Amino acid sequence: MNWTANDLHIILVGTLCALACALPGTFLLLRRMSMMGDAISHAVLPGLAIAFLISGSRASWWMFFGAAIAGVLTALFTQWITRFGKVERGAAMGIVFTTLFAIGLILIKQSADHVDLDPACVLYGALEYTPLDLVTLFETAEHLIQVPRAALVIAATLLFNILIIALFFKEFTLASFDPSLAKTQGFRPMLMHYLLMTMVAVTTVASFEAVGSIIVIAMLIVPPATAFLLTRRLPILIATSLIVAVLSALLGHLSSQALPHLLGLPETTSSGMMATATGVLFLLAWVFGPEGLMRQNSGELKKPEHLIDLDEPKALEKH
Amino acid sequence: MRPEHPPEFPLAVHDLTVAYHRKPVLWDVDLNIPDGSLAGIVGPNGAGKSTLLKACLDLIPATSGEALIYGKPYAEQRDLIAYVPQRESVDWDFPVSAQDVVAMGTYRKLGWFKRIGTTQKKQALAALEQVGIGHLANRQISQLSGGQQQRVFLARALVQDAQIYFMDEPFAAVDAATEQAIIELLQSLNARGKTVLCVHHDLATVSRYFDHLVLLNMRVVASGPTPETFTRENLQKTYGGKLNLLDDVAQALKNVGRP
Repeated sequence: MNWTANDLHIILVGTLCALACALPGTFLLLRRMSMMGDAISHAVLPGLAIAFLISGSRASWWMFFGAAIAGVLTALFTQWITRFGKVERGAAMGIVFTTLFAIGLILIKQSADHVDLDPACVLYGALEYTPLDLVTLFETAEHLIQVPRAALVIAATLLFNILIIALFFKEFTLASFDPSLAKTQGFRPMLMHYLLMTMVAVTTVASFEAVGSIIVIAMLIVPPATAFLLTRRLPILIATSLIVAVLSALLGHLSSQALPHLLGLPETTSSGMMATATGVLFLLAWVFGPEGLMRQNSGELKKPEHLIDLDEPKALEKH
Repeated sequence: MRPEHPPEFPLAVHDLTVAYHRKPVLWDVDLNIPDGSLAGIVGPNGAGKSTLLKACLDLIPATSGEALIYGKPYAEQRDLIAYVPQRESVDWDFPVSAQDVVAMGTYRKLGWFKRIGTTQKKQALAALEQVGIGHLANRQISQLSGGQQQRVFLARALVQDAQIYFMDEPFAAVDAATEQAIIELLQSLNARGKTVLCVHHDLATVSRYFDHLVLLNMRVVASGPTPETFTRENLQKTYGGKLNLLDDVAQALKNVGRP
């Protein structure tokens, strides 16, 4: 393949997006609510449509706020329906996000069909076109550093996510592990919940225009899930899930360019292959990981650490 | 201040009613737990024992009534109470070590944003040693047995250094050695003047473990010193005519008065 600045730009945007998603994704996984990412990324559509109807423009800030509010409302409605409707949370999530997504579709079809607000673009993104919209970072006589506009937006989101998680690491961990202890200690677990939901919503909105919501959902869920197969130490888990995220973006783009040629097919979309790559990495971790299939079927039994030694009766007294 | 609930009681519950989806779980509970007692809350399944603890801690909303901690609402007295929830209430697959979990007990004193340091880690380790599993400090919590997990929860309550300990079934599904270790720990807390309130299931051990007893079945059937409260009549009122349970009661009554 011919390596160009375009490839670098696509990988840059993909990587930033994967990193930005993997951070809140880790805590979604730990709270056993990974599908909230799926729900929120769909439910932002009516937020986008309404923001467009009110502002009459596709200016990023309006769309951004509209979508972020819709995202947080999804979390709020889900909470209410679970609490007052005697409905299990997964079902409540399904009710909320399909309804909101459908409202979004109808709004767009009815009143905004003539403009370039394409529902398909929300799902699949336009990663290949991000290099067309470049921003100059700095310019000297011999150097010209330009990055895609999307990269700046997503980098800002990544920074926001890093900041929030670094600041509230202790509180997020506590509220995820034991909300009742968090509450009795005065740490407001519901506040942490909505902060996490806001992070997911903001990340989704910032990413979807460039990479589409499929890859956002994949990157929210799969890198943390892969890391969970490899380690049970929280800091290492987060680091591993970030590495998996970067690898997915890199391998995804490379294989989207190289793989189809090997099979004699035309090039495929990068974002699709990035989502596929993260799935493949998960599969590898599942098969070859420390608790993976290979290990489970190897037939070897590890000797327990605290096995009582029958030849030495004194060993009993130690316990 | 309500005259019937003077502020010297570590826990005073006044006319507390709690409902889930309009179905009452606790009905008009009125209760005083004396200072420095080792109190048991006993009653059949679904009697609202855990709910009573949670409602006192504002973990679930009360329909009416209130709980006072030394005469003040719980929100003003958080520092005085350590809560040990049921073991199944958390995800033991969570990627933290035993020491990490115990250190969570120090978070309130640390406050927002601050990270735990050497002091908190030492405190956590000391508490784990106190419950007899100091050597497991670095172990991931899913690799602990049920009894060891319960000890981790207990150690977490110890680092909170509270005045009142709320325990939700600390003896549920633990081995005999752990049960013994836990009761000894509760008794040593009690000897230092702390009040311990324990949801309990096993009638056979009630009179050995607790000096104050609350019999609960949606409402308080009886509350008072164990020797006077733990009677056949009260138990029958609490458990109704359930035959299999009456066998337990007969067994339990044989143990009354034993050391």
